[in-house]
Amino acid sequence: MSTLLEARGLRLAFGGVKAADGIDLSVAKGEFLAIIGPNGAGKTTFINMTTGYLRPQGGQILYDGADITGRRPREIVRRGIARSFQLPQLFSEHTVEENAALAIAARDGIWSPLRPLLRPAWREEARELLDRFGLLPIADRRADALNEGTRKLADIAMAVALRPRVLLMDEPTSGVAASEKMAVVETLARVLRGAGVTAVFVEHDMDVVERFADRVAVWAQGRIAALGSPAQVLADPEVQRNVIGIGRPGRAGVEGPAHA
Amino acid sequence: MTLRRTEILLALLLAAALILAALSTPWLRFVLTIALAKGVAVLGILLLLRAGQVSFGHALYVALGAYAVAFLAPSMPEASLLLPAAAALAGAVGLLVGLFVSRYREIFFGMLNLALSMVFYSVLEKLYHITKGTDGIRVPAITVLGQPLEGATYGWAVFGIALALAFLFGLFVRAYLASPMGQALAAIKTRETRLDFMGVSPRQILLSAYVLSAVMAGCAGALIAMATRHVTPLLAYWTASGELVFIAVLGGAGGVLGPFLGAITFELVRVYAAATVADAWQMILGTVLLLVILFARGGIWGLVASWLGRRRAA
Repeated sequence: MSTLLEARGLRLAFGGVKAADGIDLSVAKGEFLAIIGPNGAGKTTFINMTTGYLRPQGGQILYDGADITGRRPREIVRRGIARSFQLPQLFSEHTVEENAALAIAARDGIWSPLRPLLRPAWREEARELLDRFGLLPIADRRADALNEGTRKLADIAMAVALRPRVLLMDEPTSGVAASEKMAVVETLARVLRGAGVTAVFVEHDMDVVERFADRVAVWAQGRIAALGSPAQVLADPEVQRNVIGIGRPGRAGVEGPAHA
Repeated sequence: MTLRRTEILLALLLAAALILAALSTPWLRFVLTIALAKGVAVLGILLLLRAGQVSFGHALYVALGAYAVAFLAPSMPEASLLLPAAAALAGAVGLLVGLFVSRYREIFFGMLNLALSMVFYSVLEKLYHITKGTDGIRVPAITVLGQPLEGATYGWAVFGIALALAFLFGLFVRAYLASPMGQALAAIKTRETRLDFMGVSPRQILLSAYVLSAVMAGCAGALIAMATRHVTPLLAYWTASGELVFIAVLGGAGGVLGPFLGAITFELVRVYAAATVADAWQMILGTVLLLVILFARGGIWGLVASWLGRRRAA
């Protein structure tokens, strides 16, 4: 498998806190990579650096062979790296359908002042996309009138609408009701595998990681503490002691606090 | 969908009412011409309001358009050339200023616009040798499509041009607001950073709307110069900018008829209030604005739209 995204010696510190302390990681084309680790380990910082929101103080990010370190978010998105957010970032005054259509417009041509956003082609694509995410029944609802789980899915749908080659998701299942979590993950896996998207996602729920990830990277204090298949990594006593307690009390050696 | 179609019908009815009013009461023709011109300028304010931004300096572009007419008319006294020239000048300055102010939001955006318009006001006032200072400049007779017109015929011609431009820009802004560029303006208001993460520059979206708003304000200024035949620095004064925002709030930012309903109401209230209670007309306008803000947040257009909605539902 060929490498699509690669971090080499990424470093970034906020004051004295090292959010990235020499991160080396390569993600293969088509792979689903989970990032786990305690809060404050630098998981979101990695996403923020990869998508151009934060500029690393050292190291390189390579995408498809090209150095994208320190490029702006807009340019990185246009190259094919999209992201979703831990707190859904929706346009709250627009409907779910319009949110999706705006993402499609951003991809295909926002600069058309006279043709409507909800033109037949984009509307059809938006509804087809929402249907894949099971969001079609609420397509006409305003984004600020949705529950947390649905907002989360809509947020990811907007990123998928950009047709990225790499999708970075920050806790895709947080806020989703426990009973719906697996259904959401199945939906996500189906959509992303169907579109051939490479996915990197931060996750606290180890059941989700086991079901969804091809590989798991364990973050600890800005470093990658362990990397491997879910079975291998999650069985590691060190990882169990330090990380897994948070997501799966039944199996953990240490009771961790429930994540935010 | 139906409301959008009703909107066109209402616009036609409003136009017919304006023509009838101008026919029955000749002095109203002038008042309504000014109201239509200001309505065109307020369309631009409405675009910026969609992005959550308020400009307290758009009189700058109105004055630019008006002075463009005053300076060019002696050598080129043709309305069909003066209007595009005024629009182009306002648009060009709007682009330059916009490149700067589109970096800022909210109070900074509003105040920077205010500051720039006041700089222009001072320039108009101080450069007496060029602008004749506060005396202003008289605009010579202007031809319309090569026809030298006088008196009432000229007044009707300018009224007709104002009405036509109001329709043209109204239809354009209506389409623009429904387009991705217009919808992205509202996205700037609610979640600007997401646009960046979708590969779209919020600054360029705002800049496009800003240039458009400058062009429309420039056209409004040209119309005002043609109607009043006299331009003064007061056109650029901050109260003139405030008036545009006032009209936008009064008329309502929910639809393109709002600015025109607001401008017509504003001018009529001003004329009648000034005639009956000369010293208190500002107080009357202030009270009207207060009532709108307290009881009709959607402005006059909001009242009309909800009334239409209730009728349809009934």
